[in-house]
Amino acid sequence: MKVSKWVAAVALAVGVAACGDKGGGEVTIGVATPITGQYAAFGEQFKRGAEMAIADLNASGGVLGKKLKLKIGDDSCDPKQAVAVANSMVSDKVPVVIGHYCSGSSIPASDVYAEGGVVQISPASTNPKLTEDPKKTTVFRVCGRDDQQGKVAAAFIGKQYAGKKLAIAHDKQAYSQGLAEETKKSLNAAGIQEVLFDTVTPGEKDYSAFVTKLKQAQVEVLYYGGYHTEAGLIVRQMREQGMNTVLIGGDAMATKEFWGITGAAGEGVLFTFGPDPTLDPKNAAIVKKFVDAGYQPEGYTLYTYAAVQAWAQAATKANGMDAKKVAEQLRAAPADTVMGSLGFDKKGDLTTPAYLVYTWTNGGWKPLPTQS
Amino acid sequence: MHVPPPMAYFLQQLVNGLVLGSIYGLIAIGYTMVYGIVGMINFAHGEIYMLGAFLALIAFVALSAIGLSSVPLTLVIVLVVAVTFTAAWGWTVERVAYRPLRNSPRLAPLISAIGVSIFLQNFVQLTQGARSKAIQPVLRGGVTLYGGGDGGFAVTISWLQIFIVVFTTVLMIGFTLLIARTSLGRAQRACSQDLKMASLLGIDVDKTISTTFVIGAALAAVAGMLVTLYYGVIDFFIGFLAGIKAFTAAVLGGIGSLPGAMLGGLLIGLIEAFWSGYAAAEYKDVAVYGILVLVLTVRPQGLLGRPMIEKV
Repeated sequence: MKVSKWVAAVALAVGVAACGDKGGGEVTIGVATPITGQYAAFGEQFKRGAEMAIADLNASGGVLGKKLKLKIGDDSCDPKQAVAVANSMVSDKVPVVIGHYCSGSSIPASDVYAEGGVVQISPASTNPKLTEDPKKTTVFRVCGRDDQQGKVAAAFIGKQYAGKKLAIAHDKQAYSQGLAEETKKSLNAAGIQEVLFDTVTPGEKDYSAFVTKLKQAQVEVLYYGGYHTEAGLIVRQMREQGMNTVLIGGDAMATKEFWGITGAAGEGVLFTFGPDPTLDPKNAAIVKKFVDAGYQPEGYTLYTYAAVQAWAQAATKANGMDAKKVAEQLRAAPADTVMGSLGFDKKGDLTTPAYLVYTWTNGGWKPLPTQS
Repeated sequence: MHVPPPMAYFLQQLVNGLVLGSIYGLIAIGYTMVYGIVGMINFAHGEIYMLGAFLALIAFVALSAIGLSSVPLTLVIVLVVAVTFTAAWGWTVERVAYRPLRNSPRLAPLISAIGVSIFLQNFVQLTQGARSKAIQPVLRGGVTLYGGGDGGFAVTISWLQIFIVVFTTVLMIGFTLLIARTSLGRAQRACSQDLKMASLLGIDVDKTISTTFVIGAALAAVAGMLVTLYYGVIDFFIGFLAGIKAFTAAVLGGIGSLPGAMLGGLLIGLIEAFWSGYAAAEYKDVAVYGILVLVLTVRPQGLLGRPMIEKV
């Protein structure tokens, strides 16, 4: 009996230590993202952004007197693996998870976080479903939604390519399908009808049959919902078949890897993306810090940084890391971040989302000048 | 010459399918040959192909770094490098993972093969990174068969597509001759009929099996190099999808039959191209495997396979 009492006492002590909330020490926060697999480039954006944010917060005393530590979960952008990562985050009692990248991972993982009392802030998942469930009150995102992104893309196509033959395609994944269908909805509502709506299989290398189909339909503008790898291959194979069809994609094209695949063939490819915080003069010092560390903070790097900032400020205001209270604070007042002032609505979406159309040129991208 | 647009479209999809099918066929030979001789499915073969693609990519990058600009010379050097090193991998895999298990129950080498496959995938992922690797086109341009003109459909074949189909055809003819005419081919055919009897008659079975793996790996390396050239983008995971497709091709053509592997590869390439071209592309894989099931219910031995005869 004595032994079991000891065991119980030790277990209790360990348990208390593990979830002790007050005083100094450390607290681990989670980042869930694809570190391996074909979307690993975005995982690196998350990782770099979160690491820098944590280093900067710790340098100024941490959050509620605690130093932050990072636990990175690799979901490979696979929904099954994402749920496993989410469970491991919940069992480690992290107060917040910044992630995931792919909508297809974020959505199933959000159930686990909501039940486990963990705040989830996705820097990049744009599928509307993520924040649509009213029961999940602790899920947020610092990016826009596909229905907003789709509207911007549709308005741009309607204005710039009126009367041109249009095709819409996606790669059947949650993010891609959501984006393509939202864009289609907006286009059709504006009276623009596509000549072809098709899908491709992600992960393949051969899209020549699909490209030939576009050629047959004499498509001049292709709206593609999907990731940069497939988009890059499609552009390459279109140019090889002598087509100069314009490809317009979504926010997943915002990585230098796209240009690595297409090379010069990527010139003029368009995509929608939020306002790029790296272009904001106020962030010059932070951008320089990344560049000095040998990393160009492209795409979602600063989005991730901002997500960590928003959570840290809300936790400070809530004077604790309880998910419900932090969520209330996130909604109560806008957070001051590298992305500017970020307010969240009832669903957990940004109150001021905006998308711009960017064009790939010369190995980088820049916003098209004609936009307000 | 005037070609009506539907016909031109058909031709273009035919070209797409032939190119894809040639590559599947090259990989399928490795599956079917190993099965024919040792009666096991070498599930690591897709990964051998992936290694070939990576070796070719490394060679391309190295050659362009030292400023070699002659395209034919580049292709030859890359081919030699990819084939040599991949063949060495093929030999090593057989020596390390399969030969010690040759007399074990049939499941043992199968599991060993899956193990090798996972090992190679992770090895490449860890040493080369998880990101996609890309090279810029080495061979540009092509021929336009029909000009198209005002709104017509232009059929274009790139030099690379011609190169792939011609090179594959030459390899397959050479390979068929090798099996039919040389003493090595005779030894392989003997081993595929009866390993024990062949060894009793003085054939070096170990050497023949090793050679089979080396040849299979060399052909996979060629496929890997062609893919690197053609699509320009590879990652550590390409072996899985290509391996499954090529294995399906081998089964469709009749596993153990060499012409069957080539035919199966071409058929799968063509089905994929035409299905995506004329029907809903999302059902492409459903169509491929549906046809596989259909063929196997009517001809369980595959299109060109011989019916199994119980060996006594």
